Amino acid sequence: MSAEQRPRRRWHIAVFLAPAVLVYTALMILPLFGTLKLSLYEAVDNRQVFVGFDNFATLFGDPNWSESFWRALKNNTWFFFIHMAVQNPIGIAIAAMLSVPALRFKAFYRTAIFIPTILSFVIVGFAWKLILSPLWGIAPGLLDMVGLRHLFQPWLGKEEYALTTIALISVWQFVGIPMMLIYAALLSIPDEILEAGEIDGITGMAAFWKIKLPLILPSIGIISILTFVGNFNAFDLVYTIEGAMAAPNFSTEVMGTFLFRTFFGHQTQPGDPNMGATIAMMMFLIILAGVTIYLFFIQTRMRRYQF
Amino acid sequence: MRPRNIVGIMLAATVLGGAAAAQEVTLTIESWRNDDLTIWQDKIIPAFEAKNPGIKVVFAPTAPAQYNSALNAKLEAGTAGDLITCRPFDGSLQMFEKGYLADLSDMEVLDNFGPVAKSGWSTDDGSATYCIPMASVIHGFIYNKDAFAELGLEEPKTTDEFYALLDKIKEDGTYIPLAMGTADEWEAATMGYANIGSKYWKGEEGRKALIAGKSKLTDPEWVEPYRELARWGQYMGDGFEAQSYPDSQNLFTLGRAAIYPAGSWEISGFNAQADFEMGAFPPPVLPGGECYISDHVDIAMGLNPASPNQEAARTFLSWVGSAEFANLYSNALPGFFSLSNNPVTLEDPLAQEMMSWRESCSSTIRPFAQILGRGTPNLHTEYWVTSANVIRGTMTPEEAGQYMQDALDSWYTPPAQ
Repeated sequence: MSAEQRPRRRWHIAVFLAPAVLVYTALMILPLFGTLKLSLYEAVDNRQVFVGFDNFATLFGDPNWSESFWRALKNNTWFFFIHMAVQNPIGIAIAAMLSVPALRFKAFYRTAIFIPTILSFVIVGFAWKLILSPLWGIAPGLLDMVGLRHLFQPWLGKEEYALTTIALISVWQFVGIPMMLIYAALLSIPDEILEAGEIDGITGMAAFWKIKLPLILPSIGIISILTFVGNFNAFDLVYTIEGAMAAPNFSTEVMGTFLFRTFFGHQTQPGDPNMGATIAMMMFLIILAGVTIYLFFIQTRMRRYQF
Repeated sequence: MRPRNIVGIMLAATVLGGAAAAQEVTLTIESWRNDDLTIWQDKIIPAFEAKNPGIKVVFAPTAPAQYNSALNAKLEAGTAGDLITCRPFDGSLQMFEKGYLADLSDMEVLDNFGPVAKSGWSTDDGSATYCIPMASVIHGFIYNKDAFAELGLEEPKTTDEFYALLDKIKEDGTYIPLAMGTADEWEAATMGYANIGSKYWKGEEGRKALIAGKSKLTDPEWVEPYRELARWGQYMGDGFEAQSYPDSQNLFTLGRAAIYPAGSWEISGFNAQADFEMGAFPPPVLPGGECYISDHVDIAMGLNPASPNQEAARTFLSWVGSAEFANLYSNALPGFFSLSNNPVTLEDPLAQEMMSWRESCSSTIRPFAQILGRGTPNLHTEYWVTSANVIRGTMTPEEAGQYMQDALDSWYTPPAQ
């Protein structure tokens, strides 16, 4: 076989892939292995000593650590649950309403609902802290105007309400994301299908439940996984509202605040990068497990429709 | 001119310039007090330079949150300044053990300081001292004098009088009795537990007994302060659970609250904000009991052993320990009180009042700052949470004591007796 007949080396593939591969390796993959390495070492007399999985054993075996860890995981799960139960259904509902052709001021609603998403966590955190403040907030005043002042509670300061309140603040901030994705998915449903349904007598709410919802299921799946990853990485909002100590009484502790306090230290407690890296690895594994379950067991069973 | 010549001239200029400057030593101070930059530049450093020609001093602060990590990085790289501002207890002790702070035990000027003052910057056995103490902060209660006059109230002396007073203010309803919240948790510990508690554990005596393992946190002297804190919740504002530290400050300076459980560092801020007259009283004593105050050592200055200007740096440190510096510093920063034994006169009446408690009361530091704040869980942060929980009513005083003792037992073994 002569040289001309061999398939030519397609250099352009490597060239075009290189930037992404290099950036991703330098910024994501290497730090990930760095974290893994850090979690397998321990500082003894200012030197790093390899200890295998001892740090993980401490995290799960020592009640001082394991209680904090399970508490953070439990709170994180609740945080995720609120988002799935409140944020996504509301997002879908708003998107469904926006896609009704007769609705006026569509662009205004869409923008208004999406704007909180682009605000910084710090702004959202402080704004809501002020709104809900028992001293200067407008929440007690507003409730008073409708005669419901007795329902007001210092929600952010009570152990039983604080985490749910923060989760709802986060829902308020991010409800625009599912709304936008679902809205886009709804717009992509061809009118022919809906018209065909109408001829068969499927109109109004029935059209939503029987035609549109099944068609947007893949988008809902994507939103769920985005919510999952975002929630288990959550930190900023809790930190701006309740501080690194996840007040009151660690009731708003999520994995992010636990990692932050351990890794960087807090007040007189010095930081422990090795234990911090151990927690970071656990966060990574939890998120990895969640995403894997989704990819292999849910997404593969989802049917996609081609129009 | 060819480029190489330019480089040569520049090098020569640098060497010559360096030689000219060598006659004058420049000392650099590392600090986290960037708020105090102008005070150092305009008041403190000129006073020193006027007396010590030939030594120039540069105050080079870093942001407080980054200070510890930035300083450690600089020390490791050998680029840190000659003088190092020391945080109290373990932060500085670790630096001393690593050889980043020089042993200053031989400096005569240390005789100007008492044992409590030196405790923050000495080894556990007290054999070596590595920083010259500069200032402490005192806890007590700052009150709205106008409100007290309006309601016909007087400063309480005993705990019974204190709670009777709080009841009266609450009954009247014009003012919130206590301006404090539990949202940030640390005030409950430092302005609450450490403030009112030392009279129960008898200051240094009880603190040392705890370190020696002779008393436990479940003993009455450590649980009683929680019992007192448990009564505070009813006197705080509506929704105090979500009231943050700046909220409390504003509540007081806006004149809506009568009493502020305070640290002396509030003085300058309150002077600027409040348009009413303020007074202060020390933590009320038990009937027939003695008076104790939390006089917590906060800031000191040490010497970088790698500094090329040891001689000049020691001259500066001797001055930091002098009566002149004590007066200058305490007046420039009301609320940060010199730890020197030399008498200091303060121009600010509120600061003078708080400092005068040192004469009538025994001083102690915050209970878990030394040694007990070392392990995991760290008692110094755990008592934030337990104190706040007790005020919120989600933990009983007994549970709080038990929780603290369990946390301590999990890592601390008292030295053998």
